[in-house]
Amino acid sequence: MLDCGLDMTSTLNFLPLPLVQSPRLSNLPGWSLKDGNAFLDKELKECSGHVFVDSVPEFCLPETELIDLSTVDVILISNYHCMMALPYITEHTGFTGTVYATEPTVQIGRLLMEELVNFIERVPKAQSASLWKNKDIQRLLPSPLKDAVEVSTWRRCYTMQEVNSALSKIQLVGYSQKIELFGAVQVTPLSSGYALGSSNWIIQSHYEKVSYVSGSSLLTTHPQPMDQASLKNSDVLVLTGLTQIPTANPDGMVGEFCSNLALTVRNGGNVLVPCYPSGVIYDLLECLYQYIDSAGLSNIPFYFISPVANSSLEFSQIFAEWLCHNKQTKVYLPEPPFPHAELIQTNKLKHYPSLHGDFSSDFRQPCVVFTGHPSLRFGDVVHFMELWGKSSLNTVIFTEPDFSYLEALAPYQPLAMKCIYCPIDTRLNFIQVSKLLKEVQPLHVVCPEQYTQPPPAQSHRMDLMIDCQPPAMSYRRAEVLALPFKRRYEKIEIMPELADSLVPMEIKPGISLATVSAVLHTKDNKHVLQPPPRPTQPTGGKKRKRASDDIPDCKVLKPLLSGSIPVEQFVQALEKVSAFKYPSSSSLFSLEQHGFSDIKVEDTAKGHIVLLQEAETLIQIEEDSTHIICDNDEMLRVRLRDLVLKFLQKF
Amino acid sequence: MDPECSQLLPALCSVLADPRQPVADDTCLEKLLDWFKTITEAGSSLLLLQENPCLLGLLCHVLKPQDLSPRVLAFSLRLAGMLAAQEDCFQYLQQGELLPRLFGEAGPLGGAAWTAPSVRSGWIQGLRSLAAEPRFLLFLSLSPTPGAVDTIFSLQGDSSLFVASAAGQLLVHILGLSLQGAAEGHPGLQTGDWPVCAQKIVSHIEESLRSAATPQITQALNVLTTTFGHCHDPWTQVLWVRLSPLVACLLEKDPVPAAHSLVDLLLSVARSPVLSSSSCGLWETLAQTLSHLSPTQAGPLALGILKLQECPQALRAQAFAVLLQPLTCVLEATAQAPGLLDSLDGTGGASVTVDTLLPSKAACVGLLCRTLAHLELLQPLPQRPSPWPQAPLLGATVTILRLCSGSATPTSDAGGHLCAFLVGCVRVQRAALDFLGTLSQGTGPRELVTQVFAVLLEYLTSPDSSPTVLKKAFQATFRWLQSSPETPGCSDLDPHTQLFLRELLPVLPKRLCSPCWEVRDSGLEFLTQMIGHWGGQAGFRHALLASEVPELTEQLLRDPESYVRASAVAAMGQLSSQGLRVTPASPEHPGGQQKSLLAELLHILSTDSEGFPRRAVMHVFTQWLRDGHADVAGDTERFVARVLQVASQDLDWEVRAQGLELALVFLEQTLGRPSSHCPYAVTPPVAAPPSPLAQALRPLCRVQLFEFAFRALFDCDRPVAQKSCDLLLFLRAQTASYSGPQGSGSVPEVASVEAALQRWQAGDQGQPLGYLEPEVVVAVLRSMDLEGLRGVLAESSDRVEKSPQSLLQDMLATVGALGEDEADCY
Repeated sequence: MLDCGLDMTSTLNFLPLPLVQSPRLSNLPGWSLKDGNAFLDKELKECSGHVFVDSVPEFCLPETELIDLSTVDVILISNYHCMMALPYITEHTGFTGTVYATEPTVQIGRLLMEELVNFIERVPKAQSASLWKNKDIQRLLPSPLKDAVEVSTWRRCYTMQEVNSALSKIQLVGYSQKIELFGAVQVTPLSSGYALGSSNWIIQSHYEKVSYVSGSSLLTTHPQPMDQASLKNSDVLVLTGLTQIPTANPDGMVGEFCSNLALTVRNGGNVLVPCYPSGVIYDLLECLYQYIDSAGLSNIPFYFISPVANSSLEFSQIFAEWLCHNKQTKVYLPEPPFPHAELIQTNKLKHYPSLHGDFSSDFRQPCVVFTGHPSLRFGDVVHFMELWGKSSLNTVIFTEPDFSYLEALAPYQPLAMKCIYCPIDTRLNFIQVSKLLKEVQPLHVVCPEQYTQPPPAQSHRMDLMIDCQPPAMSYRRAEVLALPFKRRYEKIEIMPELADSLVPMEIKPGISLATVSAVLHTKDNKHVLQPPPRPTQPTGGKKRKRASDDIPDCKVLKPLLSGSIPVEQFVQALEKVSAFKYPSSSSLFSLEQHGFSDIKVEDTAKGHIVLLQEAETLIQIEEDSTHIICDNDEMLRVRLRDLVLKFLQKF
Repeated sequence: MDPECSQLLPALCSVLADPRQPVADDTCLEKLLDWFKTITEAGSSLLLLQENPCLLGLLCHVLKPQDLSPRVLAFSLRLAGMLAAQEDCFQYLQQGELLPRLFGEAGPLGGAAWTAPSVRSGWIQGLRSLAAEPRFLLFLSLSPTPGAVDTIFSLQGDSSLFVASAAGQLLVHILGLSLQGAAEGHPGLQTGDWPVCAQKIVSHIEESLRSAATPQITQALNVLTTTFGHCHDPWTQVLWVRLSPLVACLLEKDPVPAAHSLVDLLLSVARSPVLSSSSCGLWETLAQTLSHLSPTQAGPLALGILKLQECPQALRAQAFAVLLQPLTCVLEATAQAPGLLDSLDGTGGASVTVDTLLPSKAACVGLLCRTLAHLELLQPLPQRPSPWPQAPLLGATVTILRLCSGSATPTSDAGGHLCAFLVGCVRVQRAALDFLGTLSQGTGPRELVTQVFAVLLEYLTSPDSSPTVLKKAFQATFRWLQSSPETPGCSDLDPHTQLFLRELLPVLPKRLCSPCWEVRDSGLEFLTQMIGHWGGQAGFRHALLASEVPELTEQLLRDPESYVRASAVAAMGQLSSQGLRVTPASPEHPGGQQKSLLAELLHILSTDSEGFPRRAVMHVFTQWLRDGHADVAGDTERFVARVLQVASQDLDWEVRAQGLELALVFLEQTLGRPSSHCPYAVTPPVAAPPSPLAQALRPLCRVQLFEFAFRALFDCDRPVAQKSCDLLLFLRAQTASYSGPQGSGSVPEVASVEAALQRWQAGDQGQPLGYLEPEVVVAVLRSMDLEGLRGVLAESSDRVEKSPQSLLQDMLATVGALGEDEADCY
């Protein structure tokens, strides 16, 4: 199984979970059907024309119907965002396999899960809505609830216990490490340049290679650069996790982010940045580190609020081997690789686990707050939206591309604060993909259907799709796709002592052949040729033969033949008297003197037929077979056979 | 020649002739040749040879078979050619058979040294100099150098580009020389009657043009291009008539070989007054070429044709259609209004599709950039096509910019492809914005102008605009704003422009806050231009004051990037001059009294670590003084004194030079003179009678202007010293009529100032002059040899090092031949 992501956009259908009691949210009117029927008013609330489920948020799980997940042997994880559904799979499906991921992926993935669980568990909500999921009722609801798919499979968030249990099934791997899977294939993680520890995977046998490219970046940010070279010579390249906002250039967006932040703060407003606790935030802090002095913002406090803020900032500094070269060299100076260490030291950046406690005493405005969750449905961000939403001086800047910012803002309407959308998605865009594919040159590309056509809203943008030769094979949800290659060969090893005994014969310049007699030993998808056991001397039959002493019958081996029969020379040979020394007694014909004189050669589609009319014999010579059809005269057949053999090489 | 040089020359010649000695570098030898050239131009070469027999010795010596450096050999060949250019010297050298031996087959031509490109180049250049001698052609045609022309032919294809190019030029020169005498007065003379040498060259050119090898065709075309470009004698017409059919034959090949050289040739022919006025089928050939060449190759030809002063109208129309083809394609592919297409494509040119004209991204980008650049060059020319299709060009440029930004919505497949090629292409964006700026010179339908402003705003707003694109967008915006019509009877901006400004001004603060310094810088430059142009107009003032721009600009005075600080200084200077500086008592500045801008700029001038902001401050101060800015007018003397004091300490010479500019303005204002001292300026009559000069000089003394100027006079940077010298000369001229008290009491003071100045000149500038009385200043000025000083300053600072003597010494010193450093090593 490749990756195990969790679709969190389902949470956008739910009301936010406020950390502090929000009169506005609790007083929202219930929703009733057009005919005035209000049986759903406990479950559904209306806010500025949108309807939301008033319940604990639920998540959309990976497809579980198509295959039995208990039969999955291995899950390969490409980055920490792609493992958020892991506890659902490992804990509830009978999964008994192994999960492979790099260390930063696991550690930061744990932080993300921990934050998620914390955000949801710390605001217990008694109510759980399920009535609206009834298919007959769902039909009656307004969009987007009406169009939500597979709502019956939506699940509440997992617990910390489940997270721990899931993470314990992960086996840590390092970049370029070769991991044997049951002897059948070898998998190798490669740096994908997108996030700390993010990987692409190579899945290869001896003769086939499949690359799985997911969430990669060619930009110079904090992680190790993408390893492109190792992806070369792939039979199939599965490509996914491209940028969600192909029209937004990350550099331009960072500029936009900084400018808007500065403008707001200068006017005395506060800036709210809904974000994940790891990833782009490191780069944003680095940009701000360089920018704040030039923009005259040195006195503005930056707050990072997350239950895992401290761990995230500290983890980032210790994963030196997973960082880009520049940052790695800093470690040897020794300096912290990320400049947020200095921001913390100089008190410009302060971090808190929650807005309760120290934060409330330190809080000073105007300020910049980084906090989760980017969906604006849970986490400390909900509180700041409620607090600052009423003033047009304040700004919320969306940098995470995973959620539609308009949908995220829907339950906060009407909103006075400014909203700026600067999605920073460093993953590959289509121009970069095209360059990558030219460089790597896979035989086939497999990708989601969406990548093979321009986005529906910009159908003229032919540049916003994958353009490669041969055209990429696309797949859609729940589609089964046969990868376009067949396994034709297996590698077989020869034991050294057996190899020693081989006597190759050169049949063509540069090509030697040898016959091998051996026992093929197959175990764990490994094939080994071992020397055949020596035939044991018969022991006179007194002792009982044990089963294990049985040896295969080693028949006298016939030589292997190669080469082709030159028909003209063959016919000449048949005509030559001296070539045929038949025993005079056994033949009707006196070949000793004359040979065959009535030879007829016919050309066929596959070769030739040599006809010996008087002898009623037919020699059929084809590319890969020779037949001597000679009904009555075994002696003649044997002679003719010997003549044929003279023209062939034997070994 | 100086006796010193004559003395050194034999030693140098023997060094050059000695293969064991390391040879001075090429630059020295070049300088040596330059020196000989000036000597031979000024006097007799023969005399030079006779007075310096070592030179002849060197020339003879290089002929001996030895391991001489190619550089020395090349030098000798060039020197021989240069000397032999004079008739008597030619004769002298011929007597000794030196010239044939140097340039004939017995010389380096047949030897191993010929493999060195510098020797081949020296050989050609030697012959080129020799060509000034009237008997050169005879020399060339006679034995023992009959093969010289053939050698030049072969050198046309030399591996060294310099040699090949020089060979081509020499051929052109020989052709011109041989026909100069022969064809003069016989304009009807046919090529068959031309001198043998000319016939030989023409046959060679013909042969090359018939060749299947592109390099040979290129060589022939280049020779012809140079010939027609430099010589406009009647024989060139005969030559063109003979060769034009061969040139026309090239067009029948597919692809056309050496297309770039062919275009150059045809344009050179078309520009020649002799050829273009005759009826030798030139225009037909040009028309044919236009239709045969690929769009990329035809572009430069079309531009060249359109730049011609005289040219048939039909050909101009065809050329313009070729030039516009790519833009027509763009309009077609994006299904623009048919009206636009008609006027671009109405010339009957074959309609071309996007697929053929713009097949790949690289081709598309390259062709569009070139087309836009060509049109930009053409637009301001008086001979540009008329009527100029302003509206379709605007339409096409706006469309290209939209395709580049991804905001266009083409409906056809071709448009989709174009969009895919152009999205995010910075090169095309820059070219299109440049051209759009140029198009602001013309008018356009209101609807299109609205589109222009919309697309400019889109670029200024888009976060994806790269810094260079943004800069171009700012420039284009300013040009369009400049050209927008003023409301009749009102000095304010027209309503459309005002509307645009209202949308533009919110964009500017964001750009001024950009993390990219280039963006902040171009934003400030744009702002400065805008204030300079519309600072006085109420609509603009109102919009600007309502925005955050003035405050942000002031904050950028403390930007970490020095360029930005400099631009912010300029912008603040303008804002303040126009009374647009806001001084808010905001809660952020609880300090209450905000620092005055003057103090802030003075602070930058005295403390900024980079030169750019300090220079900008000096410019602003000079402008303020000139305009009588309120902050300055209050206490001008104090202001000038303070600025001069700070500027005199500055390490940057441009700041000090600008200080002199400021001093000059003050001086002119104080003396009641008009600010311009241009000799052609009409001097208005002085309104008030000038105050007595001594009194007028007193303020100058009080601000210590003279101390500043005298220090600058001995500045180690020449431009500062020159400027100061000019200022003092100007001042002395002003005080010429002064006949104030020249009492004996002031004499000792004058002497002490003069003594101090002498110490300053010697480099000891520690002691200040202190306050000087006007009389003392005038006396000192009169006693100083300012003209002499100006003369010395006018000479370049390396005049000593550039002397031939120094050159010879240097070259000898390199090999240790001067014998001075013998005991140095142990």
